[in-house]
Amino acid sequence: MLDVEILSRIQFAFTIMFHYIYPPLSIGLGVILVIMEAMWLRTGNVRYHNMARYWTRVFGLTFAIGVATGIVMEFEFGTNWATYSRFVGDVFGSALAAEGIFAFFLESGFLAILLFGWNKVGPKMHFFATVMVCLGAHFSAVWIVVANSWMQTPAGFSIEYRGEIMPPGFVPNADQIMHSRAVIHDFWAMVFNPSSMDRLSHVLVGCWQAGAFLVISISAFYLLRGRHREFAMSSLKIALVVAAIASLLQLATGAKSADGVTKNQPLKLAAMEGLFKTQDWAPMGVVGWVDMEKEKVYGLQIPGMLSVLVGNSPSTVVTGLDAFPREDWPQVQAIYQFYHLMIGIGMALIGIAWLGMLMWWKGWLFDLHKPLVRLYYVILVLSVLGPQIANQAGWFTAEMGRQPWIVYGLMRTSQGLSAVVTANHVLASLIMFAFIYTLLFAVFVYLLTRKIQKGPDHEEDSEEMPPSWIAMMERRQARAAARGK
Amino acid sequence: MDLNIIWFILVGVLFTGYAMLDGFDLGVGALHLFVRKDEDRRVFLNAIGPVWDGNEVWLVTGGGALFAAFPMVYATVFSGFYLPFMALLAALIFRAVAIEFRSKEDWRWWRQMWDLGFSVGSIVSGLLIGVVMGNILQGIKLDERGEYVGGFYALLNPYALLLGATTVAIFTMHGAIYLVMKTEGALQARVRGWVNRAIGIFLAFYIVLNVATLVFAPHLLDIVRARPWLLAVFALNVLIVLNIPRENHKGNEFRAFLSSCAAMATLMMLFGLTVFPNMLLSMPDPEYSLTIYNAASTPKTHFIMLVIAIIGIPIVLAYTASVYYIFRGKVKITPHSY
Repeated sequence: MLDVEILSRIQFAFTIMFHYIYPPLSIGLGVILVIMEAMWLRTGNVRYHNMARYWTRVFGLTFAIGVATGIVMEFEFGTNWATYSRFVGDVFGSALAAEGIFAFFLESGFLAILLFGWNKVGPKMHFFATVMVCLGAHFSAVWIVVANSWMQTPAGFSIEYRGEIMPPGFVPNADQIMHSRAVIHDFWAMVFNPSSMDRLSHVLVGCWQAGAFLVISISAFYLLRGRHREFAMSSLKIALVVAAIASLLQLATGAKSADGVTKNQPLKLAAMEGLFKTQDWAPMGVVGWVDMEKEKVYGLQIPGMLSVLVGNSPSTVVTGLDAFPREDWPQVQAIYQFYHLMIGIGMALIGIAWLGMLMWWKGWLFDLHKPLVRLYYVILVLSVLGPQIANQAGWFTAEMGRQPWIVYGLMRTSQGLSAVVTANHVLASLIMFAFIYTLLFAVFVYLLTRKIQKGPDHEEDSEEMPPSWIAMMERRQARAAARGK
Repeated sequence: MDLNIIWFILVGVLFTGYAMLDGFDLGVGALHLFVRKDEDRRVFLNAIGPVWDGNEVWLVTGGGALFAAFPMVYATVFSGFYLPFMALLAALIFRAVAIEFRSKEDWRWWRQMWDLGFSVGSIVSGLLIGVVMGNILQGIKLDERGEYVGGFYALLNPYALLLGATTVAIFTMHGAIYLVMKTEGALQARVRGWVNRAIGIFLAFYIVLNVATLVFAPHLLDIVRARPWLLAVFALNVLIVLNIPRENHKGNEFRAFLSSCAAMATLMMLFGLTVFPNMLLSMPDPEYSLTIYNAASTPKTHFIMLVIAIIGIPIVLAYTASVYYIFRGKVKITPHSY
């Protein structure tokens, strides 16, 4: 029978997975909107204005669902994980409060101007609002990743048990946990805990990829169909540059994160690679299957590569699962698969983005009469799924790899539950979320498809633009022309 | 004044901000189905269009501040009131996406479905927020660990439901006044007519609520005896409420709106000054109550958060005010409006 723990975990996983479709799109599209509006301000070319307008409408749709599903996350700490909330409130709460005050207000306040301010404020003010929304979206990632990283690598705190500060290294047992809490003693050590900056950079770059590949995918679709050619070419170029840079950066931040996991959470690293025995010449898997009974991995492996990555030499000894008691192991098979799925997609995205850059450089990128180029565009249309799946898989690796702990090494997931919530309650709410989110997702996909079909306003159509903006645009164009001579 | 009191006030300020701001857009939702013409409904939606999600952030930040400043209260209320909070989430989600989705298609059934979602979601949100406040005023059954042990059905008691209905009434009044500011012509004349009726309904609920308090929450009477100055706040509140129809009659809708905001603020003050220093009164075992001291984070955390608040809140207020200034005036429907 399903108990409260597994139901609560399923509910949290389901609601956060669904939520996490949207914020990366907002963050990534935010960056692209800033670029488009900056280019419009610089050149005065109305095409960039129309691009910013169109992608803002897509942004508005993703943002609304992100807000609606985000409140659920904040509530769920208290509703389903009350004991955890009492335990971490003193440490975790200040990050959450900072998120509300610095990030959410900034985002939502300026969002009004971004979405509805086109005819109410001047172009520079509008650009400023776009930058602020983008900044707010990034801030919101900062604080939540800091809080989550604290759960992976707690720092800057002491444990208080029945009002007394305990010596470092004290881990409350099941009876003590109700009377224990983590209290902060160094705010900055909490914020800059060992994993927070590595993970933050990895998360943010993943968001840029999500936004960039959405723009790439829709633009490629238009070009394949021969619609909105100029608009789609310009959008594709901007997004391709962002995607190319982000995909390479993601390799670097990923390597840095893995390095951190090696130092801070060796058990998680062992599970990610399915490394059962502590050994030198530790291999790195490409694809594989973990046999939990024989404690072996079948598949394609690069011998010694993990040792090289960990210690720059194949003779480096890497800690395996055998160094830890079995009851502390996370689910090795699932983590191995999610981790390698993420890496595989990450590599594919580098390939896709840089192939596009190469084609652009060679002048083939828009030769849409060639079958191979068309094939590439089909891949581009599908590429929107890549960052989405990789982001989810990466979070699965990180969060499942933390199990059986809710706060790594301090509090077990089973100890963090709400004492008064029953399995039936959680089952009821889980069914409710399943129903609502299925409906939301269907409507989202439908409306996005509609927006894509409708497309941007025509290039020459600048009726939306207020006269003062048109005057400014003409001045810009004159200046750009003067620069050209 | 210690940090615990400061944070009690600040959490109260955040929730008051929520009531004043999201209060009117929940109220607009409650009134949404009273106009039948599609154009009028779009005017209603676009009256709150640019600001509703900024308004909702006050709830998110209030919740975050409660979590950070008083984790025990946050954990007990959210887990103890599990099903009402889940229903509140469903209501908030529906109304949020309904605003976004509704005008994207022309089909009758589509618009009617989201109109219903927006309106019912808004009403249920106000109702549940009131129910939670009603239970807190009345006192809930806590055990020695500070966990709520009263069960789900105890939460749906008559007093809490009455406070829930009163909350819907005050939000509706607030929303009606806001709509007077944002509409013009025939629609404005209609909405202006609603304001006095909404005030009447609110006052009726308010009177019944005060009588019910004597019956269902007699311990509050002892508090009023011990703190007679609460009556002065109460009198101020009644005066402010009575000022709303006066301003509305004179055609000063902005002043009427400010009065309505002040009415919310004095009600929240009354609430806070009554429960203080308890945050969750335990009934029938008052010794298990969660107070601003035994439910609090450490002074260190309170101090860090205060620094964050002192830096952040003025900035937030500044640009919130600018956004409202930029979007002042009557609603104009454009092709890309909601």
